Amino acid sequence: MDFSLSEEQQMFAETARQLFADKSGADQWREQMRSGEARIEARWSAIAENGFTTLLLPENEGGLGLSELDFALVAEQAGYAALPDPLVESAGVAAPMLAQLAPGHDLLARPDASIAIQHPANAAVADADISAAIILHDAGTAYLARPDQVGLSRRESIDPFRRLFNVEWDKQQATELGRADWDLALDRGALFAAAQGLGIAQRCVDLAVAYAKERQQFGKPIGTYQAVKHHLASAQTAIEFVRPVVLAAAARIGDRDLVAQSLISHAKIVALEAADNAARAAIQVHGAMGYSWEVDVHLFLKRSLALTNSWGTPYFHRQRIAKRMATCPIGPSHTFDREPQNA
Amino acid sequence: MQLEYTPEQEAFRLEIRSWLEDHVPAEPLEHFDNSREGFEAHRDWERVLETGNWGMVTWPPEYGGRGLDLIQWLIFEEEYARARAPGRVSQNGIFLLGPTLIEFGTDEQKKRFLPPMASGQEIWAQAWSEPMAGSDLAGVRATAARDGDEYVLNGHKIWSSRAVFADWAFGLFREPGTERHAGMSLIFFPLDAPGVTVNPIKKINGHVGFAEILLENVRVPEFNRLGGEGEGWKICMATAGFERGLMLRSPARYQLAAAELAKLWERRKGDPSVDPALEDDVVRAFMNAEAYALSIYRTASMLIGGATIGPEASTNKIFWSELDIHLHRTALALLGPEAEFLSEPGAHDWIDDYIFALAGPIYAGSNEIQRNIIAERMLGLPRK
Repeated sequence: MDFSLSEEQQMFAETARQLFADKSGADQWREQMRSGEARIEARWSAIAENGFTTLLLPENEGGLGLSELDFALVAEQAGYAALPDPLVESAGVAAPMLAQLAPGHDLLARPDASIAIQHPANAAVADADISAAIILHDAGTAYLARPDQVGLSRRESIDPFRRLFNVEWDKQQATELGRADWDLALDRGALFAAAQGLGIAQRCVDLAVAYAKERQQFGKPIGTYQAVKHHLASAQTAIEFVRPVVLAAAARIGDRDLVAQSLISHAKIVALEAADNAARAAIQVHGAMGYSWEVDVHLFLKRSLALTNSWGTPYFHRQRIAKRMATCPIGPSHTFDREPQNA
Repeated sequence: MQLEYTPEQEAFRLEIRSWLEDHVPAEPLEHFDNSREGFEAHRDWERVLETGNWGMVTWPPEYGGRGLDLIQWLIFEEEYARARAPGRVSQNGIFLLGPTLIEFGTDEQKKRFLPPMASGQEIWAQAWSEPMAGSDLAGVRATAARDGDEYVLNGHKIWSSRAVFADWAFGLFREPGTERHAGMSLIFFPLDAPGVTVNPIKKINGHVGFAEILLENVRVPEFNRLGGEGEGWKICMATAGFERGLMLRSPARYQLAAAELAKLWERRKGDPSVDPALEDDVVRAFMNAEAYALSIYRTASMLIGGATIGPEASTNKIFWSELDIHLHRTALALLGPEAEFLSEPGAHDWIDDYIFALAGPIYAGSNEIQRNIIAERMLGLPRK
């Protein structure tokens, strides 16, 4: 039993944090919103060069052959930076599915090619227009098409950096990939949404702390007042009890049993709740500034809002946990169980 | 990261499980705060534990322990909760003072105090708070005046859990004339020493869970001071760290309660008086208990790897105290019109456990103080 991250894992997460801090800061967001550019090529190629897009791919496909736990650490940092790019869904969900269904596919050899994925749990397809290909869903079977082979209509999201599309497509114009593991895709999508939620929550607390130290009212920083302190202490407390759940879910996703699914669902629910609570606390601490477009907190609020109902709603995930509770032993000594029939 | 027990850890689990199956009393004991009989029955149980060398498994063998690591301690706690073994009447000693003694005590002090603490021969109470020093603990006024190689203790301590029936207390005293954090020392005194008066205080559940302690010229040897003279505040904060951090509330009790709540839900769902939406709260209670367990396992792993517990211990205290209240409120909602009735002996005492949970946000440093600590020491917000 060892519930700690290795030095390599911590260094890897730090590399991601640095890269995203340099390339996905407030100035870059504003510039991208102003220009309306779909993707900042310099940032995307730096992400690809660091191996983040091929992290989950097997080594014989040119990937790093790392685990969901390693990718969750990157996804957490993507959340912390409100990363606009399609890294998490492309590299965390779509690319591993393609590698499973079509080993040796030429897209896998192109680290800068992003892949979009249509999943029945989601209302739209993210970043479909800038993808090299889209994995499409039809009655359990996966198909692959280029964006120019399908009809895309944009659906504007409240999150200015989520590029969402309805996809009209025809099997004649797509390549059949075979029966796909949509449940695994959902688990990965939910897990990495949870990891992003963790990063979003921490960023909101950090932004609010920085503001509360500077902003003066009644002759002293507002961060001296308990009413302000306690909002942020509560938000931080929630974060402390999300992180171990996300890490455990990431470490156990490969088990593919009800216990692992329950952990992923738990992580998904509490991480996005922590993100939403932290974002609203941060807005409150910022006062009227927090309600303005000038302060960046709103981007995190919106990302959290979007992820809360992506890759399974809280209700869907609660039902999976309830199923574990009803069918597997629970209580002291069962935390790290496998589902009995798989044990 | 390796979230599986080793074969040695699994074997240890089976060892404690089988020992507890053979030894845990078939009938629950009377509560240790309610009567001398209940208290002594729990002391007898501590002696039984000691015969199996299970008093405090993490302590070094020479002081009555087994020298085990924190993961093994968590396994012990899980099995202890599973077996529904009696509550630890010695918890102030073994979970709070013991670890502090191991860190700050002299060899002679450890030899003198730890083995009888582990065996239940000497049961400890905590004497920190005073009528005018609660959350503001640095406002302590009780004094320890030096007289040769003795201290003369005077003052008024209050809210001392277990003090009515316990044998010893550890208290915070200051050198006469000193103020605030300076000049305090942590000193042990026998509760039957001349000059000590203990007055029981009833809790809201009617039990005599705590007491006030009046000290009038109580003489104790210098040997009874833990750590240096004037270092009491620092040592007291270290004890509080153990209290909030890891030891006081191990996750197993909440996991057990969450599992019981799940059973209650299975029994009660579908009853016309039960709101189907309560399933969300049942799931929530389970999630909270599991999150707490995962967090403590993670902390234990990090401590084994050489890390130390800092102000994040305060997040633990907030989390377990709030989850406990939520869990028990959910149980009461499921019980509906039955919730208000006192439980039959032997039945799960949801209402009394709920009343007990209400103390959680107050003791061991109120949750308001914990939030201040988190804001100031974890997040770096200004004190003033």
